[in-house]
Amino acid sequence: MTNLMTVLRNLIFYSVILFVAIQVLARFFDFASKKLIKVGGGKKKLLIAGVGVFALVLPLLLAGEPYILRTSVMVLLYIVLALSLNIVLGQAGQLSLGHSAFYALGAYTMAILTVSFGVNFWIALVAGGVVAGIFGFVLGIPTLRLKGDYLAIVTVGFGEILRLILINWGTFTRGPAGIPGIPSPSFFGMAVKGNTGYYYIILVMVIVTIIISKRLEDSRLGRGLAAVKDDEIAAESMGVNPANMKILAFVLGAVIAGFAGGFFASFVHYVNPDNFTYMESVTILTMVVLGGLGSIPGVIVGAVILAILPEALRDISTYRYAIYGILLAMMMIIRPQGMISLDSLKRRSAADENPRSIWNFKSFRRSNGR
Amino acid sequence: MFMEHLSNGIALGSIYALTAIGYTMVYGIIRLINFAHGDLYMVGAFLTLTAITILNLPIAAAMLFGMAGAALFGIAIAKFAYSPVFKAPRISLFLSAIGVAIFLENFAMLVWGPETQSFPEVMTNKIYNFAGFRMSTIQIIIIVVTIVLVSVLSYIVKYTKMGKAMRCVSQDMDTARLMGINTNRVVYFTFALGSALGATAGALVGMYYKAVFPMMGFVPGLKAFISAVIGGIGSIPGAMIGGMLMGVSESLGAAYVSSGYRDAIAFVILIIVLLFKPTGILGKTMKEKV
Repeated sequence: MTNLMTVLRNLIFYSVILFVAIQVLARFFDFASKKLIKVGGGKKKLLIAGVGVFALVLPLLLAGEPYILRTSVMVLLYIVLALSLNIVLGQAGQLSLGHSAFYALGAYTMAILTVSFGVNFWIALVAGGVVAGIFGFVLGIPTLRLKGDYLAIVTVGFGEILRLILINWGTFTRGPAGIPGIPSPSFFGMAVKGNTGYYYIILVMVIVTIIISKRLEDSRLGRGLAAVKDDEIAAESMGVNPANMKILAFVLGAVIAGFAGGFFASFVHYVNPDNFTYMESVTILTMVVLGGLGSIPGVIVGAVILAILPEALRDISTYRYAIYGILLAMMMIIRPQGMISLDSLKRRSAADENPRSIWNFKSFRRSNGR
Repeated sequence: MFMEHLSNGIALGSIYALTAIGYTMVYGIIRLINFAHGDLYMVGAFLTLTAITILNLPIAAAMLFGMAGAALFGIAIAKFAYSPVFKAPRISLFLSAIGVAIFLENFAMLVWGPETQSFPEVMTNKIYNFAGFRMSTIQIIIIVVTIVLVSVLSYIVKYTKMGKAMRCVSQDMDTARLMGINTNRVVYFTFALGSALGATAGALVGMYYKAVFPMMGFVPGLKAFISAVIGGIGSIPGAMIGGMLMGVSESLGAAYVSSGYRDAIAFVILIIVLLFKPTGILGKTMKEKV
């Protein structure tokens, strides 16, 4: 009973902090994005260049702090993962809860190819992306018939089945024991040893992912994805093929997550099925929701906050997922559009005028599901 | 051997059916897959266990305690996490439900500890033989409790005023409100009823496998949801049929196909059903208006 009282007291305390933090952050990001949106082209380029230079010199600044450098690598890794989920969830509007499966596929491809077959890191990395992409295509097929919450359940099932295969297929994946001793990559003959090398590899991956996301957003395909997200029937009648768009989103998200998985396997030199549970998918999902569905800067902010938070709050790590749960529900109630929403960056989304869209956050009209 | 797997499957199926009814009822009312329902099943099991070990209640009273406790949890969840987003898009409601599910799992981990707790021996377990159909006491209890609860539920839904209101709300919430039905009360009542059924299922599983742990609701919750989809979501008899089919096919599949993949069978069935008959066995087709 005393245990129950302590837990309840702590949870209420954390909920209040969370509530205040969301409100404060929301005000801050609203203010900041309003300021930034007015900043002209030249200054914007300067700002981006500043952030880039900072990211480039960070390992030099952190030379004596291996722990912080390691955390920075994980933060960048989660940015890649969150952006890859964002392509599926934020840009194409398909609710996927099995994202850790693609991550796992990339990681296991890397582990098996490098450890059992002695393949080069870079080839294994690409192979991981390809394998994840093939499975993304396979998972994309049921999405043609499924929507919203049904799709979410199927993706949960996909993730669980994959985890069961990893556990049960002992001869290939070494079962629950996992695969140790994944080698470090080498770059033109130089072995990448310390965290600094990994930092630069993942930094390149982050930049590439951001460019892909950004280019996708402005391209014909990206517009198609947005159309499918806002209203599938309308999109189809305007000549957009929703089937192609959805599968494309799944494949693209899966490939990027596969690359991230391959990197992760090499970075920690060890994979086992417990690294890729449903909770991992939920963590990535929470990052995307916290930052703002579909908004690239938002997703980056969400990933940074939620990747640093557990490190900063080591003392209450047992409360971590309970807090994530409260955070998800609370975000939906007080700020469903996320920290940096699309709406505050550009004009109102077309989903706001469509009462049928499951993404319609503005006009709170209920049609009782029919 | 086959008959033994079949009776195991029927017992398991009863549990899935009880849980699936909770999903189907909530879905019928607010069109939400209550992702937290499987975790209410776990909360029910833990509350029953606590009532037995700490409060020293007899098993029947402990199960009633678990049901009442889970019903309160269900109402609280509907009140604090779902009702603020009722009118929001369904995606918000669903994400909020995922949040609640994660919260409940970890709440149980914090309060009762992450390790598996053993359920005390509450009755002598005998094996009965009905012409080759072997059943243990606990399996018979599971089946009897399921039949009794489902009969009570059917009575409530068919013949009481609240049941009539529930059917109205599931047809059209706005019109029901116009007709003077207190829809909020109906929603909370539905959550309480569904959660109580789920909690009973959890307590029965605790007794059956003699183990209670915080993640015990996750996979059975998904399977129960899949049962509800197989039967046709929104239909209570459909949930019964779906649950039985799921229990039997899982039990036989684990015995004759592969025991390591017993949890995968459910998802394979789900994908097949959704691809070929997405409305389920007893479901009504819903046309999307443009």
